[in-house]
Amino acid sequence: MSATTLLEVRDLSMRFGGLLAVDRVDFDVRRDEVFAIIGPNGAGKTTVFNCVSGFYRPTGGRIALEASAIQGLPSHRIARRGLVRTFQNIRLFKSLSVLENLLVAQHLQVQSGLLRGLFATRQYRRAEQDALERAALWLDRVGLRDVANREASALSYGQQRRLEIARCMITRPRLLLLDEPAAGLNPQETLELEQLIDTLRREHGVSVLLIEHDMGLVMNVSDRILVMENGRPVMTGAPEEVRNDPRVIKAYLGEE
Amino acid sequence: MNNNTLKNASIAAAITALLTAPILGLQLRLEGYKVVVHSHWQPVLWAMLLVFAAQLLRPALGRALGRVRLPALPRLSDRKQRSALLLLLALGLLWPFLGSRSAIDIATLALIYIILALGLNIVVGYAGLLDLGYVGFYAVGAYTYALLFQFFGLGFWLCLPIATAMAALFGFLLGFPVLRLRGDYLAIVTLGFGEIIRLLLNNLDSYTGGPDGINGIPKPTVFGLEMARSASVEGATTFHEFFGLAYRSEHVVQMLYFVALLLALATLFVGSRLIRMPMGRAWEALRDDEIACRSLGLNPTRIKLSAFTLGAAFAGLAGSFFAARQGLVTPESFSFIESALILAMVVLGGMGSRLGVILAAILLTVLPELARDFAEYRMLSFGLVMILMMNWRPQGLLPATRVHVELPR
Repeated sequence: MSATTLLEVRDLSMRFGGLLAVDRVDFDVRRDEVFAIIGPNGAGKTTVFNCVSGFYRPTGGRIALEASAIQGLPSHRIARRGLVRTFQNIRLFKSLSVLENLLVAQHLQVQSGLLRGLFATRQYRRAEQDALERAALWLDRVGLRDVANREASALSYGQQRRLEIARCMITRPRLLLLDEPAAGLNPQETLELEQLIDTLRREHGVSVLLIEHDMGLVMNVSDRILVMENGRPVMTGAPEEVRNDPRVIKAYLGEE
Repeated sequence: MNNNTLKNASIAAAITALLTAPILGLQLRLEGYKVVVHSHWQPVLWAMLLVFAAQLLRPALGRALGRVRLPALPRLSDRKQRSALLLLLALGLLWPFLGSRSAIDIATLALIYIILALGLNIVVGYAGLLDLGYVGFYAVGAYTYALLFQFFGLGFWLCLPIATAMAALFGFLLGFPVLRLRGDYLAIVTLGFGEIIRLLLNNLDSYTGGPDGINGIPKPTVFGLEMARSASVEGATTFHEFFGLAYRSEHVVQMLYFVALLLALATLFVGSRLIRMPMGRAWEALRDDEIACRSLGLNPTRIKLSAFTLGAAFAGLAGSFFAARQGLVTPESFSFIESALILAMVVLGGMGSRLGVILAAILLTVLPELARDFAEYRMLSFGLVMILMMNWRPQGLLPATRVHVELPR
C-alpha cells in the first residue's frame, strides 16, 4: 500500500445465501481522488458500499481505511473514522429542520456533558454556537441558507440531496461515499452537483467514492473508474480508457 | 342503500349474537345449593338490532360526519406555549389557597402524573420507543424509598435522589436486552418487564411485605422539621411547634402539593433543556431514521439507553414522592393499567408536546375524580375517547411544534 492510498479493498466478497453478490473485488481510493464505481443494475455496486460503510459484514476479504482494518466494524464506528455515506433513497431526519439535521451530524464534535447542558454553562453555549456557525457555513455552501428553518421533508428533491451531502461533510470526513447522487436530478441540478463534488475534493480535502448511472457526470468528475458486472470487477481505469474498452461496452450493451 | 350494506349489517348482527349470547343471554344463578343457568335472549336481540341498525346507517353517517370537523386546538407557537405554561404555573401556585382540601389532593395526584407523563414523553415522544412497562420504574422509585425507610430509617429528601438513580439504573439495565427491538416487539417486551417488577414485589414477601406492601412511610420533612401532630422521635420539634402555629392537617396537604409542584417543575425544566441539547436532538434523529444516525457516527445503542435511563429516572422521582404521599406502597398500585394511563396522557396530549402532555395528564386525572358516580364505566369511556382521538386527531390535542433552534437570518 502506498502512502497516497486512503481506502484499500482486497478480495471483497459478499454472499447472501446462494447468491454471490460481490465476488473478489479489489480497488483502492487515493487521497484527494474521485473514484467511481459503475455497472449495470444488479452488478453489486451498492453491496460494495454497504460492506465498506459497515452496514453489511462482508463474508470475505479485507477493507482498510488509512491502513487500519475496518471490515466487520459497526457502521457508526466506521463513520467516526472519517468514512460517511449518503443513500440511494435519501435518508434525512424528516421531522427535524434543515438546520437541525446539520446539528445532529455534529453530535460527536459537540458532545456535551449532561449537567453542562442542563445548566447551559459557558463552555456548552460556546460549543452550541460553534455548531450553529458551522451549520450556517455549510448551508451557505450548498445554497440552503434560506430554507434553514424548514422541515427537511419540505425540501425539493435536489435540495434534499444537497442537504444529505452537507450533513456528511459537516462531520469532516476523509472519505465521502455517494450512492447515486444524481438520481432524480434535472440537468441543471446535475451540473451543480458536479461542481459541488469538485469543490469538496479541492477545498475540503475529502476523497469521494461514487456510484452513479449518469455517465456524463461520472466521466467529468472521476479520476478513475471501476466497472462491475455480476459482482465481478471488469476493469479499473481512467475515464478515457473505460469509455473505449470493449469489455465495458459489452457489459453495458450486451453482445452482438 | 345497496346490497353490500345490507350484507355487512347482517354479518355484523350475527357476530354480535355470537359474542353477546354467553355474556348477556346466559346468567348463572344460585338457587339453594344448585347453580342454575337462566337464559333470557331479549338483551341479545336488542344488541343485534342495535348493531344491525348502526351498520345500515354507517355509510350515510360517515358521509355526514366527513363534513364535520372536530374543533381543533390551534397550533400554538413556541412563545404562546411558553405563555400558556406560565399561566398554568401561576394557577398552580395559587391553587392551594383557592381549592378545597380534596381539590388540592387531586391536584397533587395530577402533578405526579404530570411528572410521569413528561418522563414517558422522553421515551415515547422524543425517542419514539414504545414503552409499555413504564410503571415498573415508578414502582422501583416508590419501593426504593419505602425499603430504605423500612430497613435503614432514611428520610424522604435523602431517598429522593437515591430512588431516582435506582430507577435510572433499572432503566439502563432493562434497556440493554431491548436494544435490538422496535415498535410492537419493544412494546411487548417492556410490557413484560413492567409485570415482572410488579410480580417480584408481590412475591418477595420477606422484603416487600408481598401484597400488603409497606406502610407507615413518612411524609417529606420541611427543612428537617416533621409535619405532624407530634414528633415521631422523642424530643424533636415539629413544624407547627417550631413556628408557633396551631397544628392543622390542611398544612400537610398544602406542603405535599408544593413538593409535588417543585418536582414537576424540575421535570419540566430538565425535559425542556434536554430536547434542546445534542442528546435530545439525537433522540429525535433516532426516531426519524436509525440507519442515517449510524451512517453519521451516532451510536444508536447509547442514544436508546440514554432515553430509557432518563425516562426511568423521572418515574423513580415520581415514585418516591408517591410513596411519601400515600404513606403506603403495594404492588397493586403499579399494574399495567397505570402504564396504559400514562401512555394515554402522552398520546392524548400529543407526542413530544410538553404543554399538551401536561394538559392531558391534568384532564385524565381530574375527570375520573369528578365523575366518580360513573366509576364503573371509567375504562369504557376511556377506551371510547382513545378510539375517537385516534380517528380524528391522531397527532394529539396539542401537537408538538417542532423547530427548536432557529438560524438568525
